[in-house]
Amino acid sequence: MPPLLEVDRVSKSFGGVAANVDISFDVRAGEILGLIGPNGAGKTSLFNSISGEVTPDSGEVRLAGQRISGLPPEQCSLLGIARTFQVVRSFDSMTVLENVMVGAYARLSRTRPAMARALETLAFTGLSARADSPAHSLTPAEKRRLEVARALATEPRLLLLDEMLTGLTPVEAASGVQLIRDVRARGITVMMVEHVMEVLLPLVDRVVVLDLGRVLTIGAPTEVVRNPDVIRAYLGDRYAAA
Amino acid sequence: METSITRRRRHELIIGAALLLALALLPLPISDVYTRNLIIITVLFAGLAQAWNILGGYCGQISLSHALYFGVGAYVSTLLLTRLGIPPTIGMFAGGALGGLMALLVGWPCFRLSGHYYAIATVVVGEIGYLLALNWDWIGGATGINIPYVRSVGDSWLWLQFRINKLPYHYAALAFAAVAWLVAWLIEGSRWGFVWRAVKDDPVAARSLAVRIFPSKMAAAAISGALTGIGGAIYAQYVGYIDPDSVLYGQLSILIPLPAVLGGVGTLWGPLVGAAVLIPLSELTRSYLGGSGSGVDLMIYGGLIILVALARPQGLASLIGVRVRAPRGLDSGADDAAAA
Amino acid sequence: MQVIVGGLLMGLIYALVAAGLSLIFGLMDVVNFAHGELLMLAMYAAYIGWLVTGLDPLLLLIPVALALFALGVAIYHLLMARALSVRFNRGMVQIFVTFGLAILLRGAAQFTFGSDFKSVSTSLLAGRTIDLAGVFIPMPQLAAGIVSLLAFGLLLLISRTEFGRALEATREDREAVALIGIDRDRIFALGWGLGAAAVGIAGVMLATFYYVSPSVGANFALIAYVTVALGGFGSLFGALVAGLLIGQVEALTAFLIEPSLKQVGMFAIYLAVLMFRPRGLFGTL
Repeated sequence: MPPLLEVDRVSKSFGGVAANVDISFDVRAGEILGLIGPNGAGKTSLFNSISGEVTPDSGEVRLAGQRISGLPPEQCSLLGIARTFQVVRSFDSMTVLENVMVGAYARLSRTRPAMARALETLAFTGLSARADSPAHSLTPAEKRRLEVARALATEPRLLLLDEMLTGLTPVEAASGVQLIRDVRARGITVMMVEHVMEVLLPLVDRVVVLDLGRVLTIGAPTEVVRNPDVIRAYLGDRYAAA
Repeated sequence: METSITRRRRHELIIGAALLLALALLPLPISDVYTRNLIIITVLFAGLAQAWNILGGYCGQISLSHALYFGVGAYVSTLLLTRLGIPPTIGMFAGGALGGLMALLVGWPCFRLSGHYYAIATVVVGEIGYLLALNWDWIGGATGINIPYVRSVGDSWLWLQFRINKLPYHYAALAFAAVAWLVAWLIEGSRWGFVWRAVKDDPVAARSLAVRIFPSKMAAAAISGALTGIGGAIYAQYVGYIDPDSVLYGQLSILIPLPAVLGGVGTLWGPLVGAAVLIPLSELTRSYLGGSGSGVDLMIYGGLIILVALARPQGLASLIGVRVRAPRGLDSGADDAAAA
Repeated sequence: MQVIVGGLLMGLIYALVAAGLSLIFGLMDVVNFAHGELLMLAMYAAYIGWLVTGLDPLLLLIPVALALFALGVAIYHLLMARALSVRFNRGMVQIFVTFGLAILLRGAAQFTFGSDFKSVSTSLLAGRTIDLAGVFIPMPQLAAGIVSLLAFGLLLLISRTEFGRALEATREDREAVALIGIDRDRIFALGWGLGAAAVGIAGVMLATFYYVSPSVGANFALIAYVTVALGGFGSLFGALVAGLLIGQVEALTAFLIEPSLKQVGMFAIYLAVLMFRPRGLFGTL
């Protein structure tokens, strides 16, 4: 089966600082792929190259064989890429339902169907009770959930989650994990950046590890976590011996 | 499927209808010409403010060039009448079409400018329009155009001319304002309404949800400009005379949005409330206090604007319980650079 | 040649007025729609000063500049500080507050002085021209140009002082400056004062050869906005360059095409530049 997403030797620098260097990997349809690495490894920058906020300096990103790097975000979204942001970007002057409707309007131009899809997505993500609450009044965990709901309403093929589970209580994180599993069960491929290893590793099928802008290794979670290079990258040389 | 949104919108429609009925009946017991005129102007400006609101309030582009579209509508309709004998009731749609086109022409280069650059660019555009019209003899230049009363037809709706009893003009203005309100109501519940609000709140997030910002702004401009043009055409027929100093002047571009801003931008009732307060007040202070050019009326008017802007920035409509959103500041045209 | 020099001198005045505007905008993201009215008040102040004391307006330069400085500070503390802290619609509130102020000031001028035109008729330089290589330059305009240039130089100097840098820092990051001990309110008030003073100087010089009326501010205001936007909001140097450019274009358009269209020329240039450089020639914002 051809991969859903191909990241092909993507490089990107900002003002002389190399954020991504020669990144290559595939995302298989239906998998949950983790993207990890120490701070400054280039994870969000990579997301931005995939979802269109940024154009890579070199290399290509392909979705189902079609080149998408260089396309603006609105087009990437129409082609099936949805994302959440590391710092939540909710439409604060609108209610939860209205926020999600904006996502639904990506593919539906009439209000009735868009509202229906939004309501359905809210139910799916467990936010139905908060439908009429202003977005700015939500708890941080709910806001994260709202971002996911909004992204889901665009009927994506690939969902990029940027630190969705970071900073949540264990209970919130568990329910977030369940949501991600439900998303995959709907047939949506997920790629997630995460710092919280205990939550990420049981969830994902494979892990891509970035360090200093490059791919360090790719593999199953259990292998990656024992990889000495990975340990060294995160903790420094002193802990590498193990 | 019933949600809080659909429920609220139904209520708005009911209130709107009731208001329309009340305004339709309002001038009937009033025979004083001055008061009737005041009401007509107020209603007309409520409609104009609402039309502006579509671009400036809902879409967040603070256009200060709307006098241009108003004037274009007035001139086009009038010229079609005086040069080609086309009745204004038809001509006003041509005026609207050209007003909308003009708005598109202005928007196309200007929408990429952020906040204040955009505002000033629109001021300049409006000023260019004024200066060009002043020097364009074919459309009357500084002398303007007198709108003739077509005797062979007499008082008529088709020709939008009423000589003795000016009451029908009230209904024309009311119809205009009602249409403008309805358009705003329809937009609020449509994809554009949602999308514009999203762009105002967070353009980066909006783009990630497939919102194409530029085309949506162009749509707002076209609708806003077209409605404003129609208003201009009606105004021309009502006052019977147009020249650049009455329909294209710069201050008009500030007066048109003023009721919307003070009443509450981006809301359905804001422009109406704003017009209902501002226009009578400015007219009254002008007649009673400013007649001799004393300037007191201006001082009061200016003071009032400052007062409302500072004391109630979300608009006067919020005083009567209208739900007001917390929109962001001026910068809705620029896209943030994505964080690295 | 005559035309070019005339344009140059006017351009310097535009630049000075624009510089004041740029300062204020640069500080607070406020487009001061009352800027023209500040100019108008300065001109009236010069006129009244001349009427009352018989002193040549040139001598009133310092007093009027100081008076305008005080006015600028007052405007900030009374109005703009409140406008800044508004939660809703901040950009629009600022536009319309300054617009309301403009109307208020214009009404006040009309009330106090009436709306007829006044002029200062016995200045030291009025009516005198100087002949420079065949070009006749009216002395008042020349003096105005020179003073504007000097004032501009002064502003540039100030921008290099510690205060100037504090101004710049405050503009770049309003929140952070509080952390390094810069009192935002004081900086803003001083910025407003300086901006108003700059306009005050321009106003006094203008009064020596231009008529004074409540509506005179509006004409110059628009040119000032265009100049600032063309030069780039926040850039003093840009205001100078743009002012000179605008002055030239205006003079040449009036001469070559048609006097009543002279403003169309400068507006066209302005719009053309904006198409390619949306932030103006030297804009940093």
